[in-house]
Amino acid sequence: MKNYSEEWEAVIGLEIHVQLSTKSKLFSGASTDFGALPNTQACNIDLAMPGVLPVLNEEVLKMAIKLGKALNAEINSPTSFARKNYFYPDSPKGYQISQMDKPIVENGYLDIETEKGGKRIGVTRAHLEEDAGKSLHDDFEGQSGIDLNRAGTPLLEIVSEPEISTPEEAVAYLKSIHSIIRYLEISDGNMAEGSMRCDANVSVRKIGDETLGTRTETKNVNSFRFVEKAIQYEIERQINELESGNKITQETRLYDSQVNTTRPMRSKEFANDYRYFPEPDLLPITLKKEFIEEVMATMPEMPNQKRERFVSQFSLSEYDAGLLAAEKDLADFFEEVTKVSTSPKLSANWIMGELSAELNNENLTIKESKVSSDKLGQLISRIEDGTISGKIAKDIFEKMWSSGKEVDEIIQSEGLKQVTDDKEIESMIDEVIQGNPEQLEQYRSGKDRLFGFFVGQVMKASQGKANPKQVNDILKSKLEK
Amino acid sequence: MALSDQELKEIAYLARINVSEDSLSSLKKELEDILDLFQQLNEADTSEVNAMSHPLDLSQPTRKDEVTEENLREELLKNAPSVKSGLFLVPKVIDGEN
Amino acid sequence: MDFHKLSLVEQLEGLKKGDFTSTELTTHYLKRISSFDEQINSFITVTEEQALSQAKAADERYKNKNNLPLDGLPIAHKDIFCTKGVLTTCGSKMLSNFEAPYSSTVYDKLDKEGMVMLGKTNMDEFAMGSSNETSYFGPVKNPWNTEYVPGGSSGGSASCVSAELAPIATATDTGGSIRQPASLCGLTGIKPTYGRVSRYGMIAFASSLDQGGVVARSAEDAALILEAMSGHDPKDSTSLKLEKPNLVKDLDTPIKGKKIGLPKEFFEKEMPSYVEKSIEEAIEVYKNLGAEVVEVSLSNINLSLPIYYIIAPAECSANLSRYDGVRYGYRCEDPKDIEDLFMRTREEGFGAEVKRRILIGTYALSAGYYDAYYLKAQKCRQLVANDFSEAFKSVDVILSPTTPGTSFKSGEKTSDPIEMYLQDIFTIPANLAGLPGLSIPCGEHEGLPLGMQLVGNSLEESKLLQFAYSYQSNTNWHKKMPNI
Repeated sequence: MKNYSEEWEAVIGLEIHVQLSTKSKLFSGASTDFGALPNTQACNIDLAMPGVLPVLNEEVLKMAIKLGKALNAEINSPTSFARKNYFYPDSPKGYQISQMDKPIVENGYLDIETEKGGKRIGVTRAHLEEDAGKSLHDDFEGQSGIDLNRAGTPLLEIVSEPEISTPEEAVAYLKSIHSIIRYLEISDGNMAEGSMRCDANVSVRKIGDETLGTRTETKNVNSFRFVEKAIQYEIERQINELESGNKITQETRLYDSQVNTTRPMRSKEFANDYRYFPEPDLLPITLKKEFIEEVMATMPEMPNQKRERFVSQFSLSEYDAGLLAAEKDLADFFEEVTKVSTSPKLSANWIMGELSAELNNENLTIKESKVSSDKLGQLISRIEDGTISGKIAKDIFEKMWSSGKEVDEIIQSEGLKQVTDDKEIESMIDEVIQGNPEQLEQYRSGKDRLFGFFVGQVMKASQGKANPKQVNDILKSKLEK
Repeated sequence: MALSDQELKEIAYLARINVSEDSLSSLKKELEDILDLFQQLNEADTSEVNAMSHPLDLSQPTRKDEVTEENLREELLKNAPSVKSGLFLVPKVIDGEN
Repeated sequence: MDFHKLSLVEQLEGLKKGDFTSTELTTHYLKRISSFDEQINSFITVTEEQALSQAKAADERYKNKNNLPLDGLPIAHKDIFCTKGVLTTCGSKMLSNFEAPYSSTVYDKLDKEGMVMLGKTNMDEFAMGSSNETSYFGPVKNPWNTEYVPGGSSGGSASCVSAELAPIATATDTGGSIRQPASLCGLTGIKPTYGRVSRYGMIAFASSLDQGGVVARSAEDAALILEAMSGHDPKDSTSLKLEKPNLVKDLDTPIKGKKIGLPKEFFEKEMPSYVEKSIEEAIEVYKNLGAEVVEVSLSNINLSLPIYYIIAPAECSANLSRYDGVRYGYRCEDPKDIEDLFMRTREEGFGAEVKRRILIGTYALSAGYYDAYYLKAQKCRQLVANDFSEAFKSVDVILSPTTPGTSFKSGEKTSDPIEMYLQDIFTIPANLAGLPGLSIPCGEHEGLPLGMQLVGNSLEESKLLQFAYSYQSNTNWHKKMPNI
């Protein structure tokens, strides 16, 4: 494939569907729990029985307002619902209750960071709508089975401006939205279970062109990595088509992660026409000022605010602060550790180094960590107070991870306490110098880099327990003699 | 107000109502007569009027986020034309197409 | 005993005094239904067993002196109201096998007051029609003359009450479906303010226009039941958050000094002289009771018909999308794929008028026509509503004929939809504005009854019933019943 980046640019917009973590559905009192037996959580309203009517779940308004605030957006009042008409067996009413003219959230933005720096992406709107059911295709002798448990589960559809230019930016934007919804605790954001889904609108144009190219919509891509790959594939496909003199068809495509391609969905005899119109079963919603203020008062600190605070309060680098703040659980863990350890910098390093490595190895989340924030804090304290060296700490950490024991217990039982007695260190150094006359000779004749050799020997002799700084200082003065 | 065969077929498809070829022309005539009736509205000056979607000028009530519905699957599925393992059966659906 | 000659109010008194039992009363009506309904086809389902057991329970309560407010009174329900475990068809083949898994709020409220359901009444399919000839279960006949239609869509409810097969019946009104059949069958029919009666479990035709009410033999009977049906329902987001109105208690409030408006746009229309004469006589009655009569102008009222035939079909096109053969109701034979299932189920399950309206509504909402039709209609709807608001600044009620004339013969208008639509020309405006309206008998022509309509300001159904009650206290039109 030809390198396109010099001639072509991509224009990407994302539509992200976020399933809201309410107890009951958007318009009915049926449960939203995931994984129940088919149709056991679909009540007469979800099944669109004749005569039923929708009643709005108040919680979704709060969730949408919080999201709007986090996206620096306007909250529309009144906001209203509309019917989007289409036939599909998993859409029981033959229309979806959604929002058209007056979405609850409008005109926001989100600042993202990629390796190439920061960028502001506009958020056009976020609107409330109901999820559809599911079609199952196995074991029904050529028929499909319809499960409506998911039908009516509340969704927020977050629509970005077409201001994303690369697959990397798309992923950064998606991750940022993910981080926000997790912070706000309005969704678990689980892409594998479908509680966060992403459709990508992609078009390409020659750099410098004013007009947008014809776009395609790639639907339901279910992981961060696949979003990146699907968009990458779609950009390359479109460039290839255009370079070969072909045209892009405006169409909806499905991403196939098995073979990393997108393919068009079968087109229908006639174009769809959703015939949106105001939902007559629901009135426009006026959001009272006090209601909005009440919700605003419950806003947690958001990732960006947290990052800035971590920089100013703990003197972390922007980069470290950003990594920690991206995930709420991680950030909370970090703050717990600093309460015990008093060294934020060391705490950050440990969390993002040793701890993250172990978590990754065993595919655990931070909440499932086998070393608690308390215990990690104690370990770091022992480094700070000189009880153990950083190197010993790594061994101890592994032991803590596998045994669940506390740091002091391991230091005690294995005699790992750091040697800080000058005299004791001096005698170890003397022994090392005496045992290596040749290297001493070479060092004194100017081979400075042998200093490291002596440090290593001393540390070895102390089984790693000698305080490295003291070793350094004493060794230097002895060698210079 | 004239309606083409193609337009009528498209509308019928959007509404998912099969219209047989032999009823096409009489149906078209009936619909055209009704559409003619609508022309009267052109006389009205609505430049200063807001659209009225609803007779009530009130705000939407809401309910608390509580699970109030129990599992009534067996009862609710009683009316279904075709059911297996608690699912509504339909001719094969190809995923993602709507 | 000729129980059916007693008014509902008298029946309640009799039950309370122990003059007769609900079982006797109910059995009497069930017998009348089985003897006479064959002639008029007003019931789709007769719930004999359930009725007798409800009656028995009511009698028990009377015996134990813990009776409910309307205990043991029989009622027929329009087959648009879902009734748990009972066939609920909405007059359609689509739901010809549908046993509702839950009950409508209207049914529940009346059930809780002790009322006995005699059965489910015939209606135009999905409430679309003005002659009760679109029902999948066959046309309903007018008891005054069975060659004539009873009106629609609540034709079964009107016909059975008129034939005294039930003392009262529930009904619904989207563009006149209570008032027009009431007029054609010589009954008192009231459609309250939009939002007064819960729409939960009332199968939707056009959500922003539909409203439940009753057809009765007098304003007094209507007030009794409408009051019990009314009230806020948290299951209906468009239900008004108001206490029940005091319809019964305030019924005999005199109308002296109140103002009646006559919309000049209605009276400019050419109308048969017998209609004109009946209305003039009614006006005289009111004048004699001390009411003042003035002319009012509703300058956009003539737009009502086209507005209605855009908005109602648009809403119905979406409301009826759920009938797709997947979860309940009719399904076509051997669908070859999912599209075929939808297309043929809906082709075969819906009748001609329903399909016509779905197609019109789909067209009015489709890309390119939305602004010209749907949006324009919504704006014009506001104009009509504004006209009423303006008029009600100076009058208490607005009086007009309910229908352009008395009933017409079966089959007379079925071939011309627009002719049929004109039946509702006087009744539609109240639905557009969400206002209460009622029809009461005020005359007769060639053996067929005729009604006048009173439309009131928002929430003033009590005033409407006072006007009706005053009139009925001084005239006898409402007492005339057909011989069957």
